Amino acid sequence: MQIGLLGRKVGMTRVYDEAGKATCVTVIEAGGNTPLEIKTMEKHGYCGVQVGYDDQKPQRLSGQMRAVFKKYGSEPKKRVREFRLLDNVKIEGELDLSVKQFAVGDRVDVIGQSKGKGFQGVVKKHGMAGQPATHGSMMHRRNGAIGNRSTPGRIWKNMGMPGRMGNKRVTVSNLRIAQVREAEGIILVTGAIPGANGSYVVVRPTKRKTNLGGVL
Amino acid sequence: MNRGQILRTIETEQLKKEPPKFNIGDSVRVHTIVKEGVDKEGKSKERIQIFSGIVIARRGSLVNENFTVRRISYGEGVERVFPLHSPRIAKVEVEREGAPRRAKLYYLRDRKGKEAMYVKPKNRALASAEKKSKQKKAKQPAAAAPAAEETPSA
Repeated sequence: MQIGLLGRKVGMTRVYDEAGKATCVTVIEAGGNTPLEIKTMEKHGYCGVQVGYDDQKPQRLSGQMRAVFKKYGSEPKKRVREFRLLDNVKIEGELDLSVKQFAVGDRVDVIGQSKGKGFQGVVKKHGMAGQPATHGSMMHRRNGAIGNRSTPGRIWKNMGMPGRMGNKRVTVSNLRIAQVREAEGIILVTGAIPGANGSYVVVRPTKRKTNLGGVL
Repeated sequence: MNRGQILRTIETEQLKKEPPKFNIGDSVRVHTIVKEGVDKEGKSKERIQIFSGIVIARRGSLVNENFTVRRISYGEGVERVFPLHSPRIAKVEVEREGAPRRAKLYYLRDRKGKEAMYVKPKNRALASAEKKSKQKKAKQPAAAAPAAEETPSA
């Protein structure tokens, strides 16, 4: 059963497939995921698995958190996240939280915190065109008009304006697993994922309907 | 393993065991595998295509290493960049060794005609030996004679 993984972005490289075609891939280190609490229909009203990742020194955790990890027989961890499962899913035997739950060709979503870009203008932040550079133009990279007149008499919500860009949660969906390296606890997904190298990411089975060779 | 080591392991695995050997300035024939069409059994057909020219640059490391080959084709300069470790590079034949004085031969781009495809041949060492022998010759004509004979054959 595919549950999901917590991991860290290692970096990007390329791999050649059998046909000799180079693919750009992102390496994700996701070894040592441990199950904590398992949520059940009877007790919690839904099904899910709490997962811990990346060892933490016990003295850096609060007493309560230490007790939580002790309760589930796990080492103290830096990151804890819950993966929601479908209702009435029965978990039998050992939970597989290794990278082995994914196989080459599977589709996953990767969630991460994007790199912060600071305070940016509308041209970079929202892809607006800006205004002429010359011919007497004295307005270059501004946003132009932002609304109408007395109707509606206000600015619409979500109007693109300058401001802080990046450093927010971003999900990239439908990435293909290019390689699974069980011994090292590493998976390779095709394409880029959000965040800097070394930042934490969540890998989950994709929620998109994947289009694989015309079959939805 | 730290992050750099992980990436290095993944990349090192894909390197060719015997990467083609050549240097900057060499005139080479690059054999590339081209896949096109389908044969009767449904397999894609392969054939070898050759691109010949002078290696003018080599950059990158590990699996990302690539090299640029420049040639003059129908009077027009053409450059192609090949990934060194791509499985589609069957082999690289060295036709003539060059002995350039720099690592990137971008100056060839500004050259025209015959000059554009010419890098000093590799017998520079021999040439300088010849020069020395000539100097010696001036001093002791008899002793330097054999050295002078060797140079043309190389």
